[in-house]
Amino acid sequence: MVKITLTAAGYQVIEAGDGRDGLAQAKSNAVAMIVTDLNMPNMNGLEFIREVRKLPPYRGVPIVFLTTESDDGMKQQAKAAGATGWITKPFRQEQLLAAAKKFLG
Amino acid sequence: MNENADPADIFRQESAELLELLEQALLDLERSPDDHDLIDTAFRALHTIKGSGAMFGFEQVAAFTHEFESAFDRIRKGEAAPDPELIAIALNAKDFIRSQIERPEETDAVIGVCILADLRKLFADAQARAPIETPPAGAAEPPGKPAAKLTTWRLTFRFNKDVLVNGSNPLLLLDELRGLGDCRVTVHCDRVPPLAEMEPDACYLEWEAVLAMAHPRSAIDDVFMFVADDMELKVEAVEAAASAVAAPQADAPIAEATVAAKETAAPLPQTAAPPAPAHPDHAGGTPETAAKRAGGAETSTIRVPAERLDEMMDRVGELVIAQARLTQLASAGGGTKGVAEEIERLTSALRDAMMGIRMVPIGSLFGRFRRLVHDLSRDLGKEMDLTTAGEETELDKTMIERLADPLVHIIRNAADHGLEDAETRIAAGKPAAGRISLVARHAGAEVLISVSEDGRGLDAKRIRAKAEENGLIAPDAVLSDAELHQLIFQPGFSTAKEVSALSGRGVGLDVVKRTIEGMRGSIDLATDPGKGTEITLRLPLTLAIIEGLLVRVADARYAIPLTAVEECVELSEADSTRSKGRSFLNIRGDLVPFLRLRELFDEPGEPDSHQKVVIVAAADTRVGLVVDQIIGSHQTVIKSLSKLHADVPSFSGATILGDGAVALILDVPHLIALGQARETRMQSSTPEFA
Repeated sequence: MVKITLTAAGYQVIEAGDGRDGLAQAKSNAVAMIVTDLNMPNMNGLEFIREVRKLPPYRGVPIVFLTTESDDGMKQQAKAAGATGWITKPFRQEQLLAAAKKFLG
Repeated sequence: MNENADPADIFRQESAELLELLEQALLDLERSPDDHDLIDTAFRALHTIKGSGAMFGFEQVAAFTHEFESAFDRIRKGEAAPDPELIAIALNAKDFIRSQIERPEETDAVIGVCILADLRKLFADAQARAPIETPPAGAAEPPGKPAAKLTTWRLTFRFNKDVLVNGSNPLLLLDELRGLGDCRVTVHCDRVPPLAEMEPDACYLEWEAVLAMAHPRSAIDDVFMFVADDMELKVEAVEAAASAVAAPQADAPIAEATVAAKETAAPLPQTAAPPAPAHPDHAGGTPETAAKRAGGAETSTIRVPAERLDEMMDRVGELVIAQARLTQLASAGGGTKGVAEEIERLTSALRDAMMGIRMVPIGSLFGRFRRLVHDLSRDLGKEMDLTTAGEETELDKTMIERLADPLVHIIRNAADHGLEDAETRIAAGKPAAGRISLVARHAGAEVLISVSEDGRGLDAKRIRAKAEENGLIAPDAVLSDAELHQLIFQPGFSTAKEVSALSGRGVGLDVVKRTIEGMRGSIDLATDPGKGTEITLRLPLTLAIIEGLLVRVADARYAIPLTAVEECVELSEADSTRSKGRSFLNIRGDLVPFLRLRELFDEPGEPDSHQKVVIVAAADTRVGLVVDQIIGSHQTVIKSLSKLHADVPSFSGATILGDGAVALILDVPHLIALGQARETRMQSSTPEFA
């Protein structure tokens, strides 16, 4: 759904299956913004965010994570790991686009 | 004068007058805050400056002034009170507008931003103190806006240093804010460290935004929702009318501020505002004006009442007619005496008219001192009032300009050294507030400007001690109090125990004295211990032309300023012989010392048998000058002496006579001092001059 929405809005989207894949993709592509779930196999969201943030080209790249309303503690952890913003699940397409607009201009 | 005068110059001139008016109104307002006329005056002045500023391409001035105009509009409507704090801000604003107009390239726009921030803060505080329940309705809103109720918010925010690393872009957030309504953003760079300590990807900036929007407050929170935890955000409601953010150029000064302040390594672009187009319309015109100003040869203008110009035109017309008659007579070979007289009369009338045009009332100068005293009072923590009189006294424009600095100095001295602090004053039975009074008046062809205060008066003992310490006088020198008082005009003299920022650097009064003497003026000083000091400047009405009395000594001719001449008497044989030992003349019972100019100038040969004495006076002192012949009055156009001769005493200048010969102009104050000195010496010792 993330891919469909963003592609429809004209963004180019690269998909990754899990955290480790995501990190590899991030290393081999120049990505302007990262959207990630916190619950992922093979390297969870928090670890992924931390690792990506360590990569020099990704200092300053917005990282948005998907979370649930109730999970405030997780939000804080993600932010501490270096995330920029979040989208609360379940979300509407507009919310995702608004976030993309907010972080990419 | 230049016919194609730069309209910007006209604006400068006009706004200088308006700013003057504004300042006066503000100062008066401080005393009588309820005076609606004053508020109106201030408002109109701001309004006109804004209007003409925009018209002549001073957009920044216009934008800045706009906010102040709005503030005064509110005061005018009774929505705010002109309290001292507001007036202090407004005075700063006035100074800023002035420098924006006169020296735009040297003016740091950041100052303006700070002043506006102060102003908004003041209004925001006022709001907080006395919440006005309903923001004034539609009327206060900019026309053409939807009727939706706008609320103005003032936001101050700062992000954590690592906000950029974490992927947030403050610029986009600012854009979002701008998308909510009329938004004016100011950046503060105070926390930016020196380059060496700067982390390239850290965010050191702070922003302040004034946002007028129809959305609820939560819209602001939405903008910052992801960074809310990592930032300091302060949101306050400001009353709607104060918004005034709709100024068309509102962004320009801010953008410039950013650019100016952040030439140092910039971690990131600071604001989303595009770099200010450095008002291309000025860029062409101002530099040369600025250069002209910087070069010292300031092209100034002067406002002349129309009737004076009419009068001058009449005279010139008559002169042309007389010239025609002269030509006719010359060709006919007839007598030209009548025409010569006619032309003489016209020339002097023309001269008077011309001088009249150069005359401006000294009031404009006095106006500046009200501000000075206001600021001094604040800086020194002493209460003081300035009273002025004789503002209408007219003085040559060039002199008024040259008088400004000396008077500033004298007033500073009066405030700093002369006036005591409140406790001392009360203990001495004086009112707590010191009084400085500034009075100008005409006395003959002189203008007297006196600065007096009711302070402690000069302390001759302290002056003496200081002078001895500084080596100005020998420890055993016998000096009268008056002579001691004169020492304060000596270079390097200062009795201030501590050097304050205002006065007491030991440069000053001697410079004042030199400046005044350079204008052929003199300084009198009167002091009464415990009651105060009065310093009086005596100045000729104009610097350019004086009425002189032409005299002859041996073969040379000299001019004596007629204003100084009291009378002319014959030096009788008897007087001359009797006074061989002591050069005194009995003038109706008063003994007046005299100087033989022949001796003074070392002229060889025998004096004429009938010598004349010209009695000259300055202040209360009279001295006779013995000359061979009194030729008569002469319109003396003063030419200053060359540098080579500048130090020659006894002469203050030279003039060119009708036959082309040069006549030196006698320096009357110097000659009087010389005569007095001789008198004193003769009184105290045996006659030295036989």
